[in-house]
Amino acid sequence: MLLKHIPDNSLHAMLGVIALLVVASLIQFVLRLRRPEKDYTELHQRITSWWWMIGLLFIFLVSGRNPAIVFFGFISFLALKEFVSIVPTRQADRNVVFWAYLSIPVQYYWVATAWYGMFIIFIPVYMFLFIPMRMVLKGETEGFIKSAGVLHWSVMLTVFSVSHVAYLLVLPVKNSFAGGVGLVLYLLFMTQFNDISQYTWGKLFGKHKIIPKVSPKKTWEGFVGGLVTITVVAGFVAPLLTPLTRLEGFVAGVIISASGFIGDVVISSVKRDLHIKDSGTLIPGHGGILDRLDSLMYTAPLFFHYIYYLHY
Amino acid sequence: MPRILKILFFLVIVRPVVLVVLGLNIRNLQKLPRTGPAVIAANHNSHLDTMVLMSLYPLAMIHKVRPVAAADYFLKNKWLAWFSLNVIGIIPLTRGGHVKREDLFVDCHKALDKGDILIIFPEGTRGEPEQQAKPKKGLFYLVKDRTDTAITPVIMYGLGRALPRGEALFVPFVCDVVIGDPMSVAADSDAFVAQLTDTFAQLRQQCVTGTSIN
Repeated sequence: MLLKHIPDNSLHAMLGVIALLVVASLIQFVLRLRRPEKDYTELHQRITSWWWMIGLLFIFLVSGRNPAIVFFGFISFLALKEFVSIVPTRQADRNVVFWAYLSIPVQYYWVATAWYGMFIIFIPVYMFLFIPMRMVLKGETEGFIKSAGVLHWSVMLTVFSVSHVAYLLVLPVKNSFAGGVGLVLYLLFMTQFNDISQYTWGKLFGKHKIIPKVSPKKTWEGFVGGLVTITVVAGFVAPLLTPLTRLEGFVAGVIISASGFIGDVVISSVKRDLHIKDSGTLIPGHGGILDRLDSLMYTAPLFFHYIYYLHY
Repeated sequence: MPRILKILFFLVIVRPVVLVVLGLNIRNLQKLPRTGPAVIAANHNSHLDTMVLMSLYPLAMIHKVRPVAAADYFLKNKWLAWFSLNVIGIIPLTRGGHVKREDLFVDCHKALDKGDILIIFPEGTRGEPEQQAKPKKGLFYLVKDRTDTAITPVIMYGLGRALPRGEALFVPFVCDVVIGDPMSVAADSDAFVAQLTDTFAQLRQQCVTGTSIN
């Protein structure tokens, strides 16, 4: 059987996610039948996009470790491209951006070979020092500081952070019922489910705004509701998909929920600064890829280092 | 034969490069003219402009989309000429004003009569990266006596960063493509140039990608 190498719990988790998607599609279908006068285009687009994103993710996850690592590398490429395209860059930075792209295969090579030391310092140290050096060779000093900052920040968020998801796949297996795939599913599910629950709680009970200047729709009620939901769910799911105990899982839930919120508002601030609503049009109903990855760029490294400290 | 070459070239090389390596933020795709005769007037910063505009069309009708391109540049040697004429399907145009106006557009009119969709860059050259030059008047003289041909303005932004003039290094950037409403042609050439400049400036407002600071 094709899926034999996927540990049981991870396989069940994937089937569970697909079941959730089927339910979402059915609800949407019934809504459209019941109230044909209302416009459900955006809901429809969102759910269709979810099918695509989850479908692609699962295909690469079951194809094996290296195909999955390449897949996350490609996600980093799309995210970095979107980032350097929306932020102002100088014409002189073209060559530096080119090198930033080259950091992607290198970083994911460290992941594939499970070279932890290099994986963890390559972008924060070597790329950090290399980017300004390459800029100096170009010799354009007008706007130098800003450009160096923007470029290193973009590589940190889209390559360094996202590559932590891939590194979960090469950690030694500590929970043989779930494997590395289980960790990836756990992180991605909790991160995305956190977005959805904060949104839902906020819609239902939202009154007190947290940071109206950045994100007028974010409320304390949504944040706390999401935090409680994810903490509980993360705690009960943790022993199934990760080496974490239930108690450690509760803490993982708090980390993912709180940092997911921060990732979301950080990217919102970037968009506010640039006076744009969405970072792109790549994912219909969602916006650009950064609009979808915003929370993950915070949750991935923080969740990774939490479990790394406790169990590896 | 050329049609198969064109489809293959766009399927295997151009579309993957334009849609995956570059990536497009397309606004108002539904406003793109689907039937000829029609003219697309776009701003010009990069060789990629033509590739992007042609990628917006389905492969089945890509042979109807004809870029009008400078003869002095694209026919300068026989390899480039063969490629430009057969694979891309350009309509060569002589720049520099030493040809009489009625002779200049003979091939363009022939193509429009056949129901083709012409891509024209009214600036006449790629110019400086991401800088817009003043449109030239040629387009006005091409369409002023044709009642059957509408002009659809298109603005593209970001391609001058990805592959500017005079650079060989291709760097991926997401690009904006904003398609405007078909324009009615103004009474005289100066008014037309002003109208086109205005329209381009308005479409530019809808771009998502960053302004480059020079």
